Amino acid sequence: MADTAVKAKDQTPTIDGAPKPAGALDARLAALSLPQGGFTAAARRDALARLQDMGLPGPRDEYWRYTDPRSFNAPVPAALAVPDADETPLFDGLDKLTLVFVDGVFDEAASDDLALEGVEIATLAQADAAGSWAADLYGKLEAAGQKPVKRPFAALNTVAARDGLLIRVTATPAKPLHVVHRRASDSADAVWHHVIRVEEGAELTLLETGMSGARSNSVIEVDLAEGAKFHHVASKRAVDPKVGIGHIFARIAARAQFKSFTLSVKGTMMRNEAVIDIAGDDAVAHIAAAVLGDGAQAPFHQDDTVFVTHGAERCESRQVFKKVLKNGATGVFQGKILVKPGAQKTDGYQISQALLLDERSQFLAKPELEIYADDVKCSHGSTTGAIDEEALFYLRSRGVSRERAIVFLVLSFLADALAEVEDDGIRDRIYERLDVWLTLNAVQ
Amino acid sequence: MLKIENLHVKLEEEDKQILKGLSLEVPAGQVHAIMGPNGSGKSTLSYVLSGRDGYEVTEGSATLDGESLLDMEPEERAAAGLFLAFQYPVEIPGVGNMTFLRTAVNAQRKARGEEELSSGDFLKLVRTKAAELQISPDMLKRPVNVGFSGGEKKRNEILQMAMLAPRMCIMDETDSGLDVDAMRLVSDGVNALRSPERSFLVITHYQRLLNHIQPDVVHIMANGRIVKSGGPELALQVEQQGYGDLLAEVG
Repeated sequence: MADTAVKAKDQTPTIDGAPKPAGALDARLAALSLPQGGFTAAARRDALARLQDMGLPGPRDEYWRYTDPRSFNAPVPAALAVPDADETPLFDGLDKLTLVFVDGVFDEAASDDLALEGVEIATLAQADAAGSWAADLYGKLEAAGQKPVKRPFAALNTVAARDGLLIRVTATPAKPLHVVHRRASDSADAVWHHVIRVEEGAELTLLETGMSGARSNSVIEVDLAEGAKFHHVASKRAVDPKVGIGHIFARIAARAQFKSFTLSVKGTMMRNEAVIDIAGDDAVAHIAAAVLGDGAQAPFHQDDTVFVTHGAERCESRQVFKKVLKNGATGVFQGKILVKPGAQKTDGYQISQALLLDERSQFLAKPELEIYADDVKCSHGSTTGAIDEEALFYLRSRGVSRERAIVFLVLSFLADALAEVEDDGIRDRIYERLDVWLTLNAVQ
Repeated sequence: MLKIENLHVKLEEEDKQILKGLSLEVPAGQVHAIMGPNGSGKSTLSYVLSGRDGYEVTEGSATLDGESLLDMEPEERAAAGLFLAFQYPVEIPGVGNMTFLRTAVNAQRKARGEEELSSGDFLKLVRTKAAELQISPDMLKRPVNVGFSGGEKKRNEILQMAMLAPRMCIMDETDSGLDVDAMRLVSDGVNALRSPERSFLVITHYQRLLNHIQPDVVHIMANGRIVKSGGPELALQVEQQGYGDLLAEVG
């Protein structure tokens, strides 16, 4: 990598028009080793031009009103100690193909053999430039997802991603893929970018656990052909004071199904963006998250920003976001459903809810609907509440301790989000793990 | 078993006195009923005894076998053998009825220094008790009280009572919202639990329930106190004449 890496300043192309003052962006790019050449070269150049044009976000940007972009804008991440031991992996014992990333770079020795019937797996860093099907996709969905909302860190990712997976599913594989993220350096600025294409009628389950880097920036581009199915279950349990931003861009063809669930625990400054383009008729997109935020040891700020575009008929979208916040934690939800002209019979649903376990925590929500078709069913709701005293008393009156009763009520609150995990076995594992975490961190 | 002496209770938020010197004793093995007009403080009594927040005891005492209830947390009262069957059982989505019940049973056993029930023994026990109350295996699997009819919720309360085997059971208007068949089912469940070591305090508006669950003593409550006590005939008198004459009689 080192011999092909060139500092960004030397590469900055001239852009017509009036570029914004780019001092901060230049410094940001200069701190990264930017990969050169290969099949992604054109896409990276294009992304750099777009990034130069839009610049880094500031607090006045509409989509950055609730989340301070400074820790993402900083040229280098704050140091973050590497934990002594990884936690027991959530999906241990499940039959799966494991792919290990260390600080955002694929670790071949630690991973399973990439051969799996029905699936072609390559890595971004080693892909054959000429033959890669991914050349048509890398950065394309990200670029399309920049309208109407700018997502500079996704463009930055396309420019700077060092590694990632290129996964093409031609027939449903016998087992899920499991991406395990590990950390080795206390200062790594991990940038990785996966490209996934599920061909007609095929199905893929992608599991993700762990964290890469002292700071992370991830992009997943998912292209679903007609009738394809994609299940994504991610568990992001950070260590404090982790900083990270992730984007998932999906393009969904007719009758295809996209389902993504993320569990987020801890993290000083975390943002997940999902940009879903429902492009074919009768398609389905579900996106859900369960968030546990505790500001006791370090500040906690977690932001889910979602944009679902309905561009076809008879499609269904569901957004289910649940955040449990305590000790001054902040949760953010910005969710939008855009129904384009002609996207008739759309069924769009969005719910975002926070359970505040004390008066110092806060939930900031901005639900939006924008509808240009006249025969649609769309609804959204957002609530912020505390533990239900009546339910707490009911449980305690049966002999359940206050601490245990609160764990029950937190699990109860999260249930709708967890229900979005389709596989019973996987959902049960998440439940069990949540139960353990909640019990260990019981509210007194 | 349960001894309440001169109990004075006010609402914490409103500074409103609800119980004004209530005294009552339920000996072991007996069933006592409390009847009284709306607003007499019946539900408050059940909540104060089981430890719900929002009430302040300003005077008096309540003991279970000589142990003061009022200083205990709700879960400690439960472990000591007190059980409240709720007038409106609470729905808890996402928490399985079985999981909840097993946690409760084992929490109480643990608090009493007893060994926890194994999952096998628990399952056997809960299936037997559920069948007696005509609670289907499906209801056991569902989240606590979610999607249950009024009758099913009350039967679920009795199932909890049967599983937890408390010494002192308080039933807060368990008959409300029950049809005739459900009332019989619930009453049969309660009667099956009657024993020389277990006592019941049955709060109700109507004499009807007392045809099924025969009380040893009936208390009439008004304005935060017990104003009259007697045998089962007292309930019949209320049913026939209403509270008016009775209350006028006791001043």
